[in-house]
Amino acid sequence: MDPARKRRFRLVAALTAALVLAGGLVYTSFSAGSPAKTPSELLASAEAGGSYKLTGKVVDGSIRHEGDTLLFSVRDRDGTTSVPVSYTGSVPDPFREGREIIVTVSRGAGDTFVAEKDSLVTKCPSKFEAEDDAASDMS
Amino acid sequence: MDALALLAIFALLLVVAWVVVTPLRREAATRAAAREEADRQDLEAARDAKYREIRDAELDLQTGKLSQEDWRALDRQLRAEAVEILRRLDELE
Amino acid sequence: MATVGRAALLIALLICAYGVIAAIYGALSGRREWVESARRSVYALAIALTVAFGILEFAFLRSDFSFAVVAGHSSTSTPTFYKASAMWSSQEGSLLLWVWLLSLWSSLVVFLTRRRMREVVPWATAVLLGYGAFFTALLVFAVSPFETLAQPPADGAGLNPLLRHPAMMIHPPMLYSGYTLFAIPFAFAVGALIAKRVDAEWIRSTRRFALGAWLVLGIGIILGARWSYNELGWGGYWAWDAVENASLMPWLTGTAFIHSVMIQEKRGMLKVWNVSLVLATGILCVLGTFLVRSGILDSIHAFGASTLGVPFVALIAGMSLGSIALVVWRRGLLRSEHRLDSLLSREAMFLLNNLVLVAMCFVVFWGTFFPLISEAVTGEETSVGPPWFSRYTVPLALVLVLLSGIGPLIAWRRATATNLRRTFAIPVTCGVVAFLALLFVPGVPQKPLALAMFALAAFVAGTVGQEIWRGTRARRAMTGEPLPLAVTSLVRRNRRRYGGYLVHLGIVVLFVGVAASSTFQTAHDSRMSPGDTVRVDGYDVRYVRATAEVGDDPSGTGAMLSLGAVLDVSKDGRHVTTLRPARSFYPSNSTASGPVEWLVGGEPTSEVAVRSGPLKDFWTAVNPDMTRFQEIIDQGDKAVAADIPEMQQPMVAFRLLRDVIAPNYVENPPPAMFRMISSPLVAWIWIGSLIAIGGGLIALWPAPDAARRRATATLRARVAQDLGRA
Repeated sequence: MDPARKRRFRLVAALTAALVLAGGLVYTSFSAGSPAKTPSELLASAEAGGSYKLTGKVVDGSIRHEGDTLLFSVRDRDGTTSVPVSYTGSVPDPFREGREIIVTVSRGAGDTFVAEKDSLVTKCPSKFEAEDDAASDMS
Repeated sequence: MDALALLAIFALLLVVAWVVVTPLRREAATRAAAREEADRQDLEAARDAKYREIRDAELDLQTGKLSQEDWRALDRQLRAEAVEILRRLDELE
Repeated sequence: MATVGRAALLIALLICAYGVIAAIYGALSGRREWVESARRSVYALAIALTVAFGILEFAFLRSDFSFAVVAGHSSTSTPTFYKASAMWSSQEGSLLLWVWLLSLWSSLVVFLTRRRMREVVPWATAVLLGYGAFFTALLVFAVSPFETLAQPPADGAGLNPLLRHPAMMIHPPMLYSGYTLFAIPFAFAVGALIAKRVDAEWIRSTRRFALGAWLVLGIGIILGARWSYNELGWGGYWAWDAVENASLMPWLTGTAFIHSVMIQEKRGMLKVWNVSLVLATGILCVLGTFLVRSGILDSIHAFGASTLGVPFVALIAGMSLGSIALVVWRRGLLRSEHRLDSLLSREAMFLLNNLVLVAMCFVVFWGTFFPLISEAVTGEETSVGPPWFSRYTVPLALVLVLLSGIGPLIAWRRATATNLRRTFAIPVTCGVVAFLALLFVPGVPQKPLALAMFALAAFVAGTVGQEIWRGTRARRAMTGEPLPLAVTSLVRRNRRRYGGYLVHLGIVVLFVGVAASSTFQTAHDSRMSPGDTVRVDGYDVRYVRATAEVGDDPSGTGAMLSLGAVLDVSKDGRHVTTLRPARSFYPSNSTASGPVEWLVGGEPTSEVAVRSGPLKDFWTAVNPDMTRFQEIIDQGDKAVAADIPEMQQPMVAFRLLRDVIAPNYVENPPPAMFRMISSPLVAWIWIGSLIAIGGGLIALWPAPDAARRRATATLRARVAQDLGRA
């Protein structure tokens, strides 16, 4: 094979490999992701076995400890529909009632949603308060 | 706004204006001179880079990555390329 | 004072506007005095911004609460050290810091290139001042740091306690310095494309700036990771969070550029690629600056919709479209001069390295922006988590490590195939020996990826060691120097090469630390009362007693109350260490709090207790059960509010806290949640970064003029011989 053909062959091979990898990446990201849902959306459309990123505010007075498990309820940001969550794992420092949180849950027994361990993320309370890498507690 | 603040602002304006305006009162240079200068700097940078390549090749030989013949061929080629650059530099003057 | 600050910012904006026009006019007309004036504008900008920065910083240090920013982010109870850094915890202050740093680095660059690149500098200056104009315009019209309050409050809101850590003081300036330093190669790339000077001189200057920016950005990223590990209650150093990723992406493309630009230097190839990398890196830096304050990505940093979203998107879009247009316009200039001589060359290895790095950047980019992408495509916002990121970056990292071991063993242009066996023998043996040895370590063979990383790391270490050894030996053969002197002069005369090798070694040590600490970690959450013992990874940890400190914060962060535990850690009966994790409570600033609540109702933080060793880290954090404690505080609030006149309430509340509530916690501690993590080789992450930083500094250090002249003189003589002959 003359050098020019060899080079073109290499280029085509490299591009194909890149496309295949990129395609694989794109494909798996759509199946590996967890959709974000508010409590009302979660109650309406959560399928058994699916995992979802629940976003909302911690309901005042709903925080309880039972042994190693943390129990609390999450409500819509502007609303009252709430969802009870059972959580184990690290609790971020800013976590408290009224705070906005994100937690990965799946439907558990009865009405409760069981959270994935260590998946609780609490948003910093005020505008641009924490610095660039205040990566509170996401695992 | 108090007098001190006003004074401070005025002082800042003065400094800034002085810094920015002084070059405008000097002689202007031509565009051609700039281009020639840029050409020379570029050739000098290319020459330095070529010298570095020659030294790198020597180090490659010393650390066993090149055989004697391969190195000799490479060194000769690199030096020829350096000669070319030097010649172009000379032409500029 | 605030008016002076506002005026300084306005002056800065005017300087930028003037400078851009002067630079472009000077470039187009060829009248150098206008270019000179534009260059001077950069200095003037630095002066004006230093004044503004100084005023604001001074206001923070003086706790001047008539400044809205100071009232919102600092307080009298914030320790002085952190008052200074509180400035950049605010949106306004951080933007001012960014543009101030930009003006400083731009001034440095304009000074260093005062006699060089005369055709490129005008355009580059225009770009840098254009950046400056954007940011100062934001500060003048959108988010002014010099807003004053008609009624200054008696005390401010205080610095978020999470940020009261030395690393947090340095991390933003470092990160911003990295971002702004990358603006310079960006500006020079734009300038070089317009002036049609994408040549050796451009390479020489750009490479230097890019290396410096890469180094500083890397330090910023590591500091952030260290802060996360030592300060936050989750025990990790990297979460693949959107903002972390935003700083990693330009670092990856910057690394690619540093390597591929050497190919352009030697063979005149990859011009389009290199220029695109530099432009992309600059854009990614602005993207990173934007992400942290935009709220477009739902992460821990959802700061709500900010007013700055639209201008930043416009800037990024403008930069992207402009860059593409520029490259297309000058594509004739960017044609390759040569082709790759051989696949068995260091150039080919660098090319592969670039492909891997860009692939990693793409993975990180895709994962970071996936919530937006998925929303656009499927209508539903979906995000991917750390496992997805690791799945793709880990194999890519393994390939990267492999390449960093192979690259140094292959010569430039074309390696001698027959020498390969001898060159690869020792490093490959190191890798194989490490692999076999680790097969016998329990738990390791079950984790093939970690095992592969360890073996490859040994391979790279072997490569670096062999290179240093062979180079030293060759040098001693020539000069007869004693060994230590030979090593130092070898490194000194080949800074780029050996500095680079050291960086590779450092990065590889870092990867080993990451691989070991994430794969072989043992984490344990438990609820304990004093006297309880728990077993974690062979260590027996006993909760000895509870502690409560009031008002006297040993870590200097201004905590009012610190509830902690004394943990006794032992192994096989032998005492290993005593750890004292705690949870610190800070004054709240809400007027709705009762007097006792006011003292401790602010953001709590975890005071992590870590025992770091070369082989293993034992990390602990405590989270006391606050329900009962909260009741006691509520009771205290009621008691104080009912019986004590308002003036004396703070004093009485404090005494109550100190003399009753805190001792009560020590004597009757409720059970507390403990998180304990035993991770191997975490220290290697920090050590590896130090090695890499050292290597970067060596590579960056300019050779002293005398040495350089000597080197070129010898070569010139040899080459002159050829010239004479030819």
